[in-house]
Amino acid sequence: MHEVTLTIDGLELTADEGMTVLEAALANSIYIPHLCYHPDLTPAGVCRLCMVEIDGRGLTISCKAPVEEGMVVRTDSPEINKVRRIAAELLIVNHHADCLACASNTQCKLQEVANYIGIEEERLARLRQPTAAFPIDLSNPFFIRDPNKCILCGICVRTCEEVQRVRAIDFAFRGFLTTISTFGDKPLAESICESCGECVTRCPAGALTPRKSQRPAREVSTTCPYCGCGCGIYLGVRGEKVVSVRGDVDNPVNKGALCVKGRFGYDFINHPERLTSPLIKQNGEFVKVTWDEALDCIGSNLSKCRGDEFAAISSAKCTNEENYLIQKFTRAVMGTNNIDHCARLCHAPTVAGLAQSLGSGAMTNSINEIGSASCVFAIGTNTTVAHPIIGLQIRQAQQNDAKLIVANPRRINLCRFADVFLQHRPGTDVALLMGMMRVIVDEGLFDSSFIEGRTEGFEAFSASLSSFDLDRVEQITGVERKNIIEAARIYATCKPATILYAMGITQHSHGTDNVLAISNIALITGNIGKPSTGVNPLRGQNNVQGACDTGALPGVYPGYQKVGDPAVRRKFESAWGCSLNESPGLTHVEIFDAIYARAIKTLYLVGENPILSEANATHVEEAINRLEFFVVQDIFLSETARLADVVLPAVTFAEKDGTFTNTERRVQRVYKAIEPIGDAKPDSWITCQIAKKLDAKGFDFSHPREIMDEIASLTPSYAGISYERLEKGGLQWPCPAGEHHPGTPILHTERFATENGRAKLVPLEYKPSAELPDDQYPLILTTERSLYHFHTATMTRKVAGLNVLRDRELVEINPKDATALGIADGETVRVVSRRGEVTADAKVTDVSPPGVICMTFHFAESPTNVLTSSALDPVAKIPETKVCAVRIERLEGAVA
Amino acid sequence: MEERLTSILSSYKANRDELIPILQQVQEEFGYLPQQAMLDIAQFIGVPESQVYAVATFYAQFRFTPIGRTHVTVCRGTACHVRGAPRILEEVERQLGIKEGETTPDLEYSLETVACIGCCGLSPCIVVNAKVEAKMTPRKVAAIFAKGDETS
Repeated sequence: MHEVTLTIDGLELTADEGMTVLEAALANSIYIPHLCYHPDLTPAGVCRLCMVEIDGRGLTISCKAPVEEGMVVRTDSPEINKVRRIAAELLIVNHHADCLACASNTQCKLQEVANYIGIEEERLARLRQPTAAFPIDLSNPFFIRDPNKCILCGICVRTCEEVQRVRAIDFAFRGFLTTISTFGDKPLAESICESCGECVTRCPAGALTPRKSQRPAREVSTTCPYCGCGCGIYLGVRGEKVVSVRGDVDNPVNKGALCVKGRFGYDFINHPERLTSPLIKQNGEFVKVTWDEALDCIGSNLSKCRGDEFAAISSAKCTNEENYLIQKFTRAVMGTNNIDHCARLCHAPTVAGLAQSLGSGAMTNSINEIGSASCVFAIGTNTTVAHPIIGLQIRQAQQNDAKLIVANPRRINLCRFADVFLQHRPGTDVALLMGMMRVIVDEGLFDSSFIEGRTEGFEAFSASLSSFDLDRVEQITGVERKNIIEAARIYATCKPATILYAMGITQHSHGTDNVLAISNIALITGNIGKPSTGVNPLRGQNNVQGACDTGALPGVYPGYQKVGDPAVRRKFESAWGCSLNESPGLTHVEIFDAIYARAIKTLYLVGENPILSEANATHVEEAINRLEFFVVQDIFLSETARLADVVLPAVTFAEKDGTFTNTERRVQRVYKAIEPIGDAKPDSWITCQIAKKLDAKGFDFSHPREIMDEIASLTPSYAGISYERLEKGGLQWPCPAGEHHPGTPILHTERFATENGRAKLVPLEYKPSAELPDDQYPLILTTERSLYHFHTATMTRKVAGLNVLRDRELVEINPKDATALGIADGETVRVVSRRGEVTADAKVTDVSPPGVICMTFHFAESPTNVLTSSALDPVAKIPETKVCAVRIERLEGAVA
Repeated sequence: MEERLTSILSSYKANRDELIPILQQVQEEFGYLPQQAMLDIAQFIGVPESQVYAVATFYAQFRFTPIGRTHVTVCRGTACHVRGAPRILEEVERQLGIKEGETTPDLEYSLETVACIGCCGLSPCIVVNAKVEAKMTPRKVAAIFAKGDETS
């Protein structure tokens, strides 16, 4: 970047070309008053306060004037001050100035400007005073909008447009009545606002303020506990309570941005319903007991059933260290490989499919590369809802003129910005992708040198394309051929192109095939191993990547080292000082089947709620009732924990140290912000205590740091990771041994992680979903998530405001289906599948295509997974929660 | 409404700069800008709905409530003002039971004021469905609307 030299107030200084005069001044600690400027946004030049004099130009707005070589600028003169004074006075006279009671007091830019300029009461009295007050908008549960304190700088409007691209607000009306307004001047809560709070953090005055405006006494840097994005946050602590969250601008993932859950969803931490002491069930009732009593009870029961009669389910919400300990305990102490966690229900096909084709089942590229892609292909991901911060990257890519292809059975929010929207039938992804690849191959748009140099199996693969002529593809998917052709051409020619996908791809009885189809299309176009390309599975839980990495899986030890490999087993046997079970364990769904068959008698379940999250949930509940001994470790008494014999109170992420690995393989620190609440204990402490009750060795750790050292010593991809290094920021695995390995933002740059270094192109055929609609169950049920809740909502339903924004299950149904069934918007309906029935309110919307209804699984009152099918993918053993056949019935007595 | 709107939109190319002409034509068709129409227009030309609302509220010519079958405009230009327009407006409001900018619940009457209709020689004047009523007095106002009641 070129530097230019300019003079401001007689000081000669340098600035980067492209900076504005205002930015150059501020960068050199020269204050120029300003209100509408914000470093993240394009300059608007509306407040007139940053007026300066530039030689040869006279009065100029400095936020809009680029620096030039030799420019001479003055920031203070009688002429400048005259303009500034009038501009400031007009704002102040219209401002409801109750500064001491205002949440923005001392952080207010209007105060800063008033102080700098100096305000005289007599002059203000001469100006026309405001006549009527605007009503205050109290509709949003997290922040307040007071137009009487609005200075009309438009920062909120530009934030909503440029940062979030929601565009919920704009200037409306004119003259004295000008205000910031939603469409139709409705309250924010009734608008399309997503409550992310980005505008609130940028409002320079008191017009947008958080409802909870207590300032923290101290702040602790840590990692967000919600989705797999892994945003850096600062927890604000006051006394022993977490009172605020703000985004960490230095974190490479989110650069300060947060979504509604991350910014406002922290009330669960200090919630009164937190478990604060161990519980033992006696005569059907839970009784509070001491830790000694609880551990004795567990010790005596577990000592009776070592081996394959025991299973553990670990938690993708827990840290790497905790997952490592739980799998070590299961393998080394209990003598079984029956250890799994919820990754089985989300990205097992990714791990299986990508391991087969690329050699490694994780995001190949990094989140912050997405913004620089020329094409983003989002298939089976409702990114702006489930991974909001990655959603921002898609928006950024589009600002850089990237093409966006969205493939989804539902008209999700992202479709508003899509260049091509492929609305395929649920479960037809293989046909859709093979159709696109047929176009790419037929039109010669593939990358032959990449295919030749870095892959194998192209001939067999391209032969399998022959059955995917576009007539058939159109028939299977319901997508018009012209859209398939257009999408194929865009993806193959706009390089670099990146693919993002999530549960829409994986939660199928052919989920592994779906993943292979994605990997195929990236490989034949050479969109892999380079910046802003890749195959990018977006992982759901904050630490689902880490829970897999640290071996909470039945077939692999930490670092995906195979249980069946004798050399690997010997390594772990010597490290852990015990002999290990040779046979791989059972997977998540298989564990519950084995419990049902009474083959597994004892279950240790950590931080998971399968009663709500597991497909065919009634079966799971029946299975759990057959257990002889059931221990649950959680932060709340979840629906599943109620069924336990012993419940152990764990702590939240705010009360412990550890690491999370986000979706892009970035290992980041979690720092303890407050002391554990009540008698709750960190999961790592609990697991170690249980192990010691069983006289196990190797569970003495004084700090999670030591656990990470053990992980690093046994896991090649984590070998270079230590707490000391993580202090300076996250590291992306593979990070081999050595003090200086920088981590690996992009996988497969030189060779693939397969045995011969070549990626495999896999021939595929289309397999229909296991359960398709018929006369009795004529509709397809697919599942999704709400922006406002997380997973089974154990945490988010404890946050009052999130329940204001979304308080119940909704059955989203197309107007055509609703009319045919005589169902009105908001009417309570019964949804019935072969496995069960639930009631919930209907939402009539064309987001759902005809023939497809959609529900979340956040609400215990309407447990959607009672309906879903547990048909399994044969390779990954994931249940098909994205497609099952249902019918909808009106309730008896409903008025037509 | 859907069909009437679709037929209007069909004559446009969905460019951003067509927003104001579309809004004008839609208002001509419906007498005001229904919310659903504004949402549909936003989707049609691909601008945020908040921006459509911003543009529509900026211009005085657009209305957001339905117009009455009889639309009454009271002139508040300088000439009318000095010759008693405020009293005329007051009487119209009393007769119709609505304030400026409103429509009667039965959609029979709507009332608005304008700065000047250019008939200063006839001041004070009002316009009832495009017919200028000249040299108004409160008594004449009462007579016009009373007559309307009889014939309806």
